[in-house]
Amino acid sequence: MLRLRDVTLRAGRFRLHPVSLTVAAGDYFVLMGPTGSGKSLLVQAVCGLVRIESGSIAIDGKDVTAAEPRFRRVGYVPQTAGLFPHLSVAGNITFGLEVRGTGRRQALRKVAPIVQRLGVGHLMGRSTVNLSGGETQKVALARALACDPKLLMLDEPVSALDEPTRREICPLLNQVQRQFGVATVHVCHSREEAAALADRVGVMSAGRLVQTGSLADLAAHPAEEAVRRLLPKD
Amino acid sequence: MARDADDRSDRIHRPAGTRWHLLSVVSMSLLIVFACIIVVLIGSQVAYLVTHRVTPGAFLKILSSRAVLGGIRLSLITSLTTLVLVLIFAIPIGYALSRYRFPGRSVIETLVDVPIVLPPVVIGLALLAFFGTGLGGKVKEGLAGAGWTLTSAIGIVMCQFLVSISYCIRATKASFDAADRRLEKVALSLGCSPWGTFRRVTLPLARSGLLAGGIMAWARAIGVFGPLMVFVGTGPRVQVMPTAMWLELSVGNIEVAFAIALVSLAMAGAALAVVHWLVPGRTWT
Repeated sequence: MLRLRDVTLRAGRFRLHPVSLTVAAGDYFVLMGPTGSGKSLLVQAVCGLVRIESGSIAIDGKDVTAAEPRFRRVGYVPQTAGLFPHLSVAGNITFGLEVRGTGRRQALRKVAPIVQRLGVGHLMGRSTVNLSGGETQKVALARALACDPKLLMLDEPVSALDEPTRREICPLLNQVQRQFGVATVHVCHSREEAAALADRVGVMSAGRLVQTGSLADLAAHPAEEAVRRLLPKD
Repeated sequence: MARDADDRSDRIHRPAGTRWHLLSVVSMSLLIVFACIIVVLIGSQVAYLVTHRVTPGAFLKILSSRAVLGGIRLSLITSLTTLVLVLIFAIPIGYALSRYRFPGRSVIETLVDVPIVLPPVVIGLALLAFFGTGLGGKVKEGLAGAGWTLTSAIGIVMCQFLVSISYCIRATKASFDAADRRLEKVALSLGCSPWGTFRRVTLPLARSGLLAGGIMAWARAIGVFGPLMVFVGTGPRVQVMPTAMWLELSVGNIEVAFAIALVSLAMAGAALAVVHWLVPGRTWT
Protein backbone atom coordinates (compact mmCIF):
# COMPACT_ATOMS: atom_id res chain seq x y z
CA MET A 1 0.00 0.00 0.00
CA LEU A 2 2.69 2.49 1.08
CA ARG A 3 6.23 2.05 -0.09
CA LEU A 4 9.00 4.50 0.73
CA ARG A 5 12.36 3.97 -0.86
CA ASP A 6 15.40 5.90 0.41
CA VAL A 7 13.39 9.03 1.12
CA THR A 8 15.50 11.97 2.30
CA LEU A 9 14.62 15.59 2.97
CA ARG A 10 15.93 18.70 4.66
CA ALA A 11 14.00 21.18 6.77
CA GLY A 12 16.23 23.95 8.04
CA ARG A 13 19.07 22.23 9.92
CA PHE A 14 17.14 18.98 10.28
CA ARG A 15 17.95 16.17 7.89
CA LEU A 16 15.90 13.04 7.30
CA HIS A 17 18.32 10.26 6.40
CA PRO A 18 17.28 7.68 3.79
CA VAL A 19 14.05 6.08 5.00
CA SER A 20 12.68 2.90 3.44
CA LEU A 21 9.41 1.51 4.68
CA THR A 22 6.53 -0.64 3.49
CA VAL A 23 3.06 -0.62 5.02
CA ALA A 24 0.76 -3.34 3.67
CA ALA A 25 -2.91 -2.83 2.80
CA GLY A 26 -5.04 -2.88 5.93
CA ASP A 27 -2.01 -2.61 8.24
CA TYR A 28 -1.97 -0.36 11.30
CA PHE A 29 1.60 0.93 11.51
CA VAL A 30 2.62 2.94 14.56
CA LEU A 31 5.58 5.28 14.17
CA MET A 32 7.30 6.12 17.46
CA GLY A 33 10.25 8.24 18.45
CA PRO A 34 11.28 11.15 20.61
CA THR A 35 10.29 14.74 19.78
CA GLY A 36 12.34 16.08 16.88
CA SER A 37 13.17 12.66 15.44
CA GLY A 38 11.41 13.46 12.14
CA LYS A 39 8.12 11.55 12.50
CA SER A 40 5.84 14.45 11.58
CA LEU A 41 8.09 15.46 8.67
CA LEU A 42 7.94 11.93 7.29
CA VAL A 43 4.14 11.95 7.60
CA GLN A 44 3.96 15.28 5.78
CA ALA A 45 6.31 14.00 3.09
CA VAL A 46 3.99 11.06 2.44
CA CYS A 47 1.05 13.49 2.23
CA GLY A 48 3.02 15.64 -0.24
CA LEU A 49 3.05 18.62 2.10
CA VAL A 50 6.84 18.87 2.21
CA ARG A 51 9.12 18.24 -0.72
CA ILE A 52 11.52 15.32 -0.48
CA GLU A 53 15.12 15.64 -1.59
CA SER A 54 15.56 12.16 -3.02
CA GLY A 55 13.97 8.73 -3.02
CA SER A 56 10.48 7.66 -4.04
CA ILE A 57 7.03 7.34 -2.53
CA ALA A 58 4.45 4.90 -3.91
CA ILE A 59 0.87 4.57 -2.72
CA ASP A 60 -1.34 1.72 -3.89
CA GLY A 61 1.31 0.76 -6.44
CA LYS A 62 1.50 4.21 -8.02
CA ASP A 63 4.56 6.42 -7.79
CA VAL A 64 3.35 9.69 -6.24
CA THR A 65 6.78 11.19 -5.50
CA ALA A 66 6.07 14.24 -7.66
CA ALA A 67 2.27 14.28 -7.27
CA GLU A 68 0.44 17.17 -5.60
CA PRO A 69 -1.19 16.30 -2.26
CA ARG A 70 -4.68 16.34 -3.79
CA PHE A 71 -3.81 13.49 -6.16
CA ARG A 72 -2.36 11.16 -3.49
CA ARG A 73 -5.61 10.10 -1.78
CA VAL A 74 -4.06 10.28 1.66
CA GLY A 75 -6.24 11.20 4.66
CA TYR A 76 -4.24 13.42 7.03
CA VAL A 77 -5.08 14.21 10.64
CA PRO A 78 -2.56 16.58 12.28
CA GLN A 79 -1.92 16.66 16.01
CA THR A 80 -4.22 19.63 16.54
CA ALA A 81 -6.91 17.98 14.36
CA GLY A 82 -6.88 21.09 12.13
CA LEU A 83 -10.63 21.63 11.95
CA PHE A 84 -11.63 24.69 9.93
CA PRO A 85 -13.07 27.19 12.44
CA HIS A 86 -15.10 29.02 9.78
CA LEU A 87 -17.04 25.87 8.85
CA SER A 88 -19.55 23.84 10.81
CA VAL A 89 -18.86 20.21 11.73
CA ALA A 90 -20.85 19.14 8.65
CA GLY A 91 -18.91 21.61 6.49
CA ASN A 92 -15.65 20.17 7.78
CA ILE A 93 -16.62 16.55 7.18
CA THR A 94 -17.93 17.15 3.66
CA PHE A 95 -15.09 19.55 2.76
CA GLY A 96 -13.03 17.02 0.79
CA LEU A 97 -16.02 15.85 -1.22
CA GLU A 98 -17.24 19.38 -1.91
CA VAL A 99 -13.87 20.55 -3.24
CA ARG A 100 -14.03 17.64 -5.67
CA GLY A 101 -17.36 18.91 -6.97
CA THR A 102 -19.88 16.89 -4.95
CA GLY A 103 -22.89 18.94 -3.85
CA ARG A 104 -23.51 19.41 -0.12
CA ARG A 105 -26.62 17.15 -0.01
CA GLN A 106 -24.97 14.31 -1.88
CA ALA A 107 -21.83 14.72 0.22
CA LEU A 108 -23.89 14.48 3.41
CA ARG A 109 -25.48 11.26 2.12
CA LYS A 110 -22.04 9.84 1.29
CA VAL A 111 -20.53 10.60 4.69
CA ALA A 112 -23.56 9.34 6.65
CA PRO A 113 -22.11 5.85 7.37
CA ILE A 114 -18.81 7.35 8.59
CA VAL A 115 -20.62 9.95 10.68
CA GLN A 116 -22.78 7.24 12.20
CA ARG A 117 -19.81 4.94 12.86
CA LEU A 118 -17.88 7.68 14.65
CA GLY A 119 -20.96 8.86 16.56
CA VAL A 120 -20.76 12.51 15.53
CA GLY A 121 -24.20 12.80 13.91
CA HIS A 122 -25.53 14.98 16.73
CA LEU A 123 -22.67 17.46 16.16
CA MET A 124 -23.25 18.06 12.45
CA GLY A 125 -24.95 21.45 12.78
CA ARG A 126 -22.57 22.75 15.41
CA SER A 127 -19.59 25.07 15.15
CA THR A 128 -16.22 23.39 15.63
CA VAL A 129 -15.10 25.97 18.16
CA ASN A 130 -16.65 24.49 21.31
CA LEU A 131 -16.15 20.78 20.65
CA SER A 132 -14.41 18.68 23.29
CA GLY A 133 -11.01 17.14 22.53
CA GLY A 134 -12.54 13.73 21.79
CA GLU A 135 -15.27 15.18 19.57
CA THR A 136 -12.67 17.24 17.70
CA GLN A 137 -10.57 14.17 16.93
CA LYS A 138 -13.62 12.16 15.84
CA VAL A 139 -14.69 14.93 13.45
CA ALA A 140 -11.14 15.19 12.06
CA LEU A 141 -11.07 11.44 11.52
CA ALA A 142 -14.50 11.49 9.84
CA ARG A 143 -13.29 14.28 7.55
CA ALA A 144 -10.17 12.32 6.58
CA LEU A 145 -12.18 9.13 5.93
CA ALA A 146 -14.89 10.94 3.96
CA CYS A 147 -12.65 11.24 0.90
CA ASP A 148 -12.24 7.45 0.73
CA PRO A 149 -8.44 7.59 1.22
CA LYS A 150 -6.11 4.75 0.30
CA LEU A 151 -3.93 5.62 3.26
CA LEU A 152 -4.53 7.36 6.58
CA MET A 153 -1.76 9.41 8.20
CA LEU A 154 -2.52 10.26 11.85
CA ASP A 155 0.02 12.59 13.43
CA GLU A 156 -0.31 12.15 17.19
CA PRO A 157 -4.10 12.15 17.01
CA VAL A 158 -4.65 11.44 20.72
CA SER A 159 -1.57 13.01 22.32
CA ALA A 160 -3.40 16.15 23.39
CA LEU A 161 -6.33 14.24 24.92
CA ASP A 162 -6.87 13.41 28.57
CA GLU A 163 -6.51 9.77 29.65
CA PRO A 164 -10.22 8.82 29.74
CA THR A 165 -10.80 10.32 26.28
CA ARG A 166 -7.69 8.59 24.98
CA ARG A 167 -9.03 5.28 26.29
CA GLU A 168 -12.25 5.97 24.41
CA ILE A 169 -10.65 7.06 21.12
CA CYS A 170 -7.96 4.38 20.76
CA PRO A 171 -10.35 1.40 20.46
CA LEU A 172 -12.51 3.49 18.13
CA LEU A 173 -9.50 4.16 15.89
CA ASN A 174 -8.81 0.45 15.80
CA GLN A 175 -12.41 -0.52 14.99
CA VAL A 176 -12.81 2.17 12.34
CA GLN A 177 -9.52 1.21 10.70
CA ARG A 178 -10.56 -2.46 10.58
CA GLN A 179 -14.04 -1.61 9.29
CA PHE A 180 -12.86 0.66 6.50
CA GLY A 181 -9.77 -1.45 5.83
CA VAL A 182 -7.57 1.56 5.17
CA ALA A 183 -3.81 1.25 5.75
CA THR A 184 -2.86 3.58 8.58
CA VAL A 185 0.31 5.22 9.82
CA HIS A 186 -0.13 6.54 13.35
CA VAL A 187 2.50 8.70 15.06
CA CYS A 188 2.71 8.52 18.84
CA HIS A 189 5.05 8.56 21.85
CA SER A 190 3.15 6.14 24.04
CA ARG A 191 3.93 2.46 24.33
CA GLU A 192 0.40 1.79 25.62
CA GLU A 193 -1.06 3.47 22.56
CA ALA A 194 1.16 1.40 20.29
CA ALA A 195 0.25 -1.79 22.15
CA ALA A 196 -3.45 -1.05 21.75
CA LEU A 197 -3.31 -0.26 18.04
CA ALA A 198 -0.25 -1.48 16.18
CA ASP A 199 0.16 -4.40 13.83
CA ARG A 200 3.71 -3.18 13.36
CA VAL A 201 5.84 -0.50 14.94
CA GLY A 202 8.67 1.67 13.62
CA VAL A 203 11.04 3.70 15.77
CA MET A 204 12.66 6.89 14.55
CA SER A 205 15.61 8.64 16.11
CA ALA A 206 17.53 11.72 14.91
CA GLY A 207 16.08 11.57 11.40
CA ARG A 208 16.57 7.83 10.90
CA LEU A 209 14.09 4.97 10.92
CA VAL A 210 16.15 2.70 13.14
CA GLN A 211 13.97 -0.41 13.46
CA THR A 212 10.60 -1.84 12.42
CA GLY A 213 8.73 -4.95 13.56
CA SER A 214 6.16 -6.06 16.08
CA LEU A 215 6.10 -4.25 19.39
CA ALA A 216 7.11 -7.43 21.22
CA ASP A 217 10.06 -7.99 18.84
CA LEU A 218 11.30 -4.43 19.23
CA ALA A 219 11.02 -4.56 23.01
CA ALA A 220 12.77 -7.94 23.15
CA HIS A 221 15.49 -7.22 20.59
CA PRO A 222 16.12 -3.47 20.38
CA ALA A 223 18.54 -2.66 17.57
CA GLU A 224 19.75 0.54 19.22
CA GLU A 225 19.78 2.42 22.47
CA ALA A 226 17.02 4.73 21.14
CA VAL A 227 14.67 1.76 20.79
CA ARG A 228 15.65 0.41 24.21
CA ARG A 229 14.92 3.78 25.83
CA LEU A 230 11.55 4.06 24.11
CA LEU A 231 10.50 0.46 24.73
CA PRO A 232 12.22 -0.65 27.94
CA LYS A 233 11.83 -4.26 29.01
CA ASP A 234 9.26 -4.57 31.77
CA MET B 1 -16.77 46.11 51.12
CA ALA B 2 -14.41 43.38 50.03
CA ARG B 3 -16.99 42.29 47.44
CA ASP B 4 -17.13 45.85 46.04
CA ALA B 5 -13.37 45.93 45.74
CA ASP B 6 -13.40 42.63 43.86
CA ASP B 7 -16.10 43.85 41.49
CA ARG B 8 -14.11 46.99 40.77
CA SER B 9 -11.06 44.89 40.11
CA ASP B 10 -13.00 42.75 37.60
CA ARG B 11 -14.33 45.79 35.79
CA ILE B 12 -10.91 47.17 34.93
CA HIS B 13 -9.54 43.71 34.04
CA ARG B 14 -6.52 43.87 36.31
CA PRO B 15 -4.61 40.62 36.58
CA ALA B 16 -5.47 38.96 39.89
CA GLY B 17 -3.20 39.99 42.72
CA THR B 18 -1.78 43.18 41.14
CA ARG B 19 -2.03 46.54 42.89
CA TRP B 20 -2.12 50.12 41.67
CA HIS B 21 1.43 51.33 41.19
CA LEU B 22 3.11 54.36 39.60
CA LEU B 23 3.21 52.88 36.09
CA SER B 24 -0.47 51.96 36.03
CA VAL B 25 -1.49 55.34 37.50
CA VAL B 26 0.58 57.29 34.94
CA SER B 27 -0.41 55.20 31.93
CA MET B 28 -4.12 55.14 32.82
CA SER B 29 -4.09 58.89 33.52
CA LEU B 30 -2.48 59.65 30.15
CA LEU B 31 -4.98 57.36 28.42
CA ILE B 32 -7.90 59.15 30.02
CA VAL B 33 -6.41 62.59 29.25
CA PHE B 34 -5.94 61.64 25.59
CA ALA B 35 -9.48 60.28 25.31
CA CYS B 36 -10.73 63.56 26.85
CA ILE B 37 -8.74 65.60 24.30
CA ILE B 38 -10.41 63.70 21.44
CA VAL B 39 -13.88 64.14 22.97
CA VAL B 40 -13.23 67.88 23.54
CA LEU B 41 -11.98 68.35 19.96
CA ILE B 42 -15.06 66.66 18.52
CA GLY B 43 -17.39 68.37 20.96
CA SER B 44 -15.94 71.80 20.28
CA GLN B 45 -17.03 71.59 16.65
CA VAL B 46 -20.59 70.87 17.72
CA ALA B 47 -20.30 73.59 20.36
CA TYR B 48 -19.11 76.08 17.72
CA LEU B 49 -22.17 75.41 15.59
CA VAL B 50 -24.48 75.66 18.62
CA THR B 51 -22.96 78.95 19.88
CA HIS B 52 -23.23 80.42 16.39
CA ARG B 53 -26.94 79.58 16.40
CA VAL B 54 -26.73 76.93 13.69
CA THR B 55 -29.95 75.04 14.39
CA PRO B 56 -30.45 71.40 13.28
CA GLY B 57 -32.60 72.75 10.43
CA ALA B 58 -29.88 75.16 9.31
CA PHE B 59 -27.32 72.37 9.65
CA LEU B 60 -29.35 70.12 7.35
CA LYS B 61 -29.80 73.03 4.93
CA ILE B 62 -26.04 73.50 4.78
CA LEU B 63 -25.52 69.80 4.14
CA SER B 64 -28.16 69.71 1.42
CA SER B 65 -26.57 72.50 -0.58
CA ARG B 66 -25.41 71.42 -4.03
CA ALA B 67 -21.70 72.07 -3.37
CA VAL B 68 -21.61 70.16 -0.08
CA LEU B 69 -23.70 67.25 -1.36
CA GLY B 70 -21.52 67.10 -4.48
CA GLY B 71 -18.40 66.96 -2.30
CA ILE B 72 -19.82 64.17 -0.14
CA ARG B 73 -20.96 62.22 -3.22
CA LEU B 74 -17.61 62.54 -5.01
CA SER B 75 -15.79 61.59 -1.80
CA LEU B 76 -17.88 58.44 -1.45
CA ILE B 77 -17.59 57.45 -5.14
CA THR B 78 -13.82 57.98 -5.32
CA SER B 79 -13.03 56.46 -1.90
CA LEU B 80 -15.13 53.34 -2.58
CA THR B 81 -13.49 52.94 -6.01
CA THR B 82 -10.13 53.31 -4.27
CA LEU B 83 -11.16 50.71 -1.68
CA VAL B 84 -11.91 48.16 -4.43
CA LEU B 85 -8.58 48.86 -6.16
CA VAL B 86 -6.70 48.76 -2.86
CA LEU B 87 -8.17 45.34 -1.98
CA ILE B 88 -7.40 43.98 -5.47
CA PHE B 89 -3.73 44.94 -5.02
CA ALA B 90 -3.24 44.61 -1.25
CA ILE B 91 -4.57 41.06 -0.79
CA PRO B 92 -2.12 39.36 -3.20
CA ILE B 93 0.74 41.63 -2.13
CA GLY B 94 0.06 40.97 1.58
CA TYR B 95 -0.14 37.24 0.84
CA ALA B 96 3.18 37.29 -1.06
CA LEU B 97 4.91 39.18 1.77
CA SER B 98 3.47 36.80 4.34
CA ARG B 99 4.16 33.49 2.62
CA TYR B 100 7.11 33.77 0.25
CA ARG B 101 10.80 34.20 0.97
CA PHE B 102 12.69 35.69 -1.98
CA PRO B 103 15.82 37.74 -2.61
CA GLY B 104 15.24 41.44 -1.98
CA ARG B 105 12.17 40.81 0.14
CA SER B 106 13.22 43.25 2.88
CA VAL B 107 13.90 45.96 0.27
CA ILE B 108 10.46 45.45 -1.26
CA GLU B 109 8.84 45.45 2.19
CA THR B 110 10.54 48.77 2.92
CA LEU B 111 9.35 50.22 -0.40
CA VAL B 112 5.79 49.09 0.35
CA ASP B 113 5.95 51.02 3.63
CA VAL B 114 7.29 54.23 2.07
CA PRO B 115 3.85 55.85 1.50
CA ILE B 116 3.10 55.43 5.24
CA VAL B 117 6.10 57.53 6.29
CA LEU B 118 6.05 60.06 3.41
CA PRO B 119 4.28 63.37 3.99
CA PRO B 120 1.13 62.88 1.84
CA VAL B 121 1.81 66.05 -0.14
CA VAL B 122 4.99 64.43 -1.48
CA ILE B 123 2.82 61.81 -3.18
CA GLY B 124 1.00 64.61 -5.01
CA LEU B 125 4.32 66.13 -6.03
CA ALA B 126 5.59 62.74 -7.21
CA LEU B 127 2.47 62.26 -9.34
CA LEU B 128 2.93 65.74 -10.81
CA ALA B 129 6.53 64.92 -11.66
CA PHE B 130 5.68 61.48 -13.12
CA PHE B 131 2.89 62.73 -15.40
CA GLY B 132 4.90 65.78 -16.38
CA THR B 133 7.72 63.85 -18.04
CA GLY B 134 8.63 60.71 -20.00
CA LEU B 135 6.35 57.71 -19.83
CA GLY B 136 3.90 59.43 -17.49
CA GLY B 137 3.63 62.34 -19.92
CA LYS B 138 2.75 59.92 -22.72
CA VAL B 139 0.13 58.24 -20.55
CA LYS B 140 -1.34 61.65 -19.79
CA GLU B 141 -1.45 62.49 -23.50
CA GLY B 142 -3.05 59.11 -24.23
CA LEU B 143 -5.73 59.73 -21.62
CA ALA B 144 -6.31 63.21 -22.99
CA GLY B 145 -6.72 61.69 -26.48
CA ALA B 146 -9.47 59.46 -25.08
CA GLY B 147 -11.16 62.49 -23.55
CA TRP B 148 -9.96 61.83 -19.99
CA THR B 149 -8.06 64.20 -17.78
CA LEU B 150 -6.12 63.61 -14.59
CA THR B 151 -7.71 66.62 -12.91
CA SER B 152 -10.85 64.56 -12.39
CA ALA B 153 -12.04 61.60 -10.31
CA ILE B 154 -9.20 59.61 -11.93
CA GLY B 155 -6.58 61.85 -10.31
CA ILE B 156 -8.42 61.78 -6.99
CA VAL B 157 -8.48 57.97 -7.01
CA MET B 158 -4.75 57.87 -7.87
CA CYS B 159 -3.92 60.07 -4.87
CA GLN B 160 -6.21 58.17 -2.52
CA PHE B 161 -4.85 54.83 -3.74
CA LEU B 162 -1.20 55.75 -3.20
CA VAL B 163 -1.84 57.27 0.23
CA SER B 164 -3.92 54.38 1.56
CA ILE B 165 -2.69 51.12 0.02
CA SER B 166 0.31 50.62 2.31
CA TYR B 167 -1.95 50.56 5.37
CA CYS B 168 -4.06 47.84 3.79
CA ILE B 169 -1.00 45.81 2.74
CA ARG B 170 0.28 45.92 6.34
CA ALA B 171 -3.10 44.74 7.64
CA THR B 172 -3.49 41.96 5.06
CA LYS B 173 0.04 40.70 5.69
CA ALA B 174 -0.65 40.57 9.43
CA SER B 175 -3.91 38.69 8.78
CA PHE B 176 -2.21 36.12 6.56
CA ASP B 177 0.61 35.77 9.13
CA ALA B 178 -2.01 34.94 11.74
CA ALA B 179 -3.88 32.39 9.58
CA ASP B 180 -2.91 28.86 10.69
CA ARG B 181 -0.85 27.24 7.93
CA ARG B 182 -1.56 23.76 9.29
CA LEU B 183 -5.15 24.25 8.17
CA GLU B 184 -3.90 25.02 4.66
CA LYS B 185 -1.96 21.75 4.71
CA VAL B 186 -5.07 19.88 5.77
CA ALA B 187 -7.04 21.50 2.94
CA LEU B 188 -4.35 20.46 0.43
CA SER B 189 -4.47 16.88 1.71
CA LEU B 190 -8.27 16.89 1.39
CA GLY B 191 -8.08 17.61 -2.32
CA CYS B 192 -7.84 21.40 -2.63
CA SER B 193 -5.60 22.99 -5.22
CA PRO B 194 -3.34 25.81 -3.95
CA TRP B 195 -5.84 28.35 -5.33
CA GLY B 196 -8.77 26.44 -3.81
CA THR B 197 -6.97 26.40 -0.46
CA PHE B 198 -6.45 30.15 -0.66
CA ARG B 199 -10.11 30.77 -1.55
CA ARG B 200 -11.74 28.23 0.77
CA VAL B 201 -9.45 28.36 3.81
CA THR B 202 -6.86 31.16 3.87
CA LEU B 203 -9.18 34.01 2.86
CA PRO B 204 -11.97 33.05 5.30
CA LEU B 205 -9.42 32.68 8.11
CA ALA B 206 -7.97 36.11 7.36
CA ARG B 207 -11.34 37.72 6.56
CA SER B 208 -11.73 39.91 9.65
CA GLY B 209 -8.25 41.38 9.30
CA LEU B 210 -8.68 41.92 5.57
CA LEU B 211 -11.96 43.78 6.03
CA ALA B 212 -10.53 45.81 8.89
CA GLY B 213 -7.52 46.71 6.71
CA GLY B 214 -9.83 47.68 3.84
CA ILE B 215 -11.89 49.91 6.09
CA MET B 216 -8.81 51.58 7.53
CA ALA B 217 -7.57 52.19 3.98
CA TRP B 218 -10.97 53.61 2.99
CA ALA B 219 -10.96 55.94 6.02
CA ARG B 220 -7.46 57.09 5.06
CA ALA B 221 -8.52 57.59 1.42
CA ILE B 222 -11.58 59.67 2.21
CA GLY B 223 -9.44 62.05 4.27
CA VAL B 224 -6.73 62.68 1.64
CA PHE B 225 -6.09 66.39 1.21
CA GLY B 226 -2.48 67.43 0.51
CA PRO B 227 -1.89 65.35 -2.64
CA LEU B 228 -5.23 66.48 -4.07
CA MET B 229 -4.31 70.14 -3.61
CA VAL B 230 -1.06 69.55 -5.48
CA PHE B 231 -2.12 67.10 -8.20
CA VAL B 232 -5.83 67.62 -8.84
CA GLY B 233 -6.59 71.12 -7.59
CA THR B 234 -9.79 72.50 -6.11
CA GLY B 235 -11.99 73.05 -9.16
CA PRO B 236 -15.75 72.60 -8.68
CA ARG B 237 -15.70 69.22 -10.48
CA VAL B 238 -13.04 67.76 -8.19
CA GLN B 239 -14.19 68.93 -4.79
CA VAL B 240 -14.19 66.16 -2.23
CA MET B 241 -14.94 66.69 1.46
CA PRO B 242 -11.43 67.71 2.59
CA THR B 243 -10.94 70.20 -0.25
CA ALA B 244 -14.50 71.51 0.14
CA MET B 245 -13.82 72.10 3.86
CA TRP B 246 -10.64 73.99 3.08
CA LEU B 247 -12.32 76.12 0.37
CA GLU B 248 -15.24 77.03 2.66
CA LEU B 249 -12.79 77.97 5.44
CA SER B 250 -10.75 80.11 3.05
CA VAL B 251 -13.81 82.18 2.11
CA GLY B 252 -14.99 82.52 5.72
CA ASN B 253 -17.86 79.99 5.66
CA ILE B 254 -16.73 78.43 8.89
CA GLU B 255 -20.14 76.91 9.74
CA VAL B 256 -20.19 75.08 6.39
CA ALA B 257 -16.66 73.78 6.96
CA PHE B 258 -17.65 72.51 10.41
CA ALA B 259 -20.79 70.88 9.04
CA ILE B 260 -18.71 68.95 6.48
CA ALA B 261 -16.20 68.10 9.21
CA LEU B 262 -18.98 66.58 11.32
CA VAL B 263 -20.08 64.43 8.39
CA SER B 264 -16.45 63.25 8.01
CA LEU B 265 -16.33 62.50 11.73
CA ALA B 266 -19.53 60.48 11.55
CA MET B 267 -18.15 58.45 8.63
CA ALA B 268 -14.82 57.86 10.39
CA GLY B 269 -16.65 56.87 13.57
CA ALA B 270 -18.80 54.38 11.66
CA ALA B 271 -15.68 52.94 10.00
CA LEU B 272 -13.91 52.54 13.35
CA ALA B 273 -17.00 50.91 14.84
CA VAL B 274 -17.00 48.35 12.03
CA VAL B 275 -13.26 47.73 12.54
CA HIS B 276 -13.82 47.15 16.26
CA TRP B 277 -16.67 44.80 15.47
CA LEU B 278 -14.64 42.84 12.92
CA VAL B 279 -11.28 42.47 14.64
CA PRO B 280 -11.38 39.36 16.87
CA GLY B 281 -10.86 40.03 20.54
CA ARG B 282 -11.88 43.67 20.37
CA THR B 283 -14.86 44.55 22.47
CA TRP B 284 -16.48 47.73 23.73
CA THR B 285 -15.99 46.84 27.40
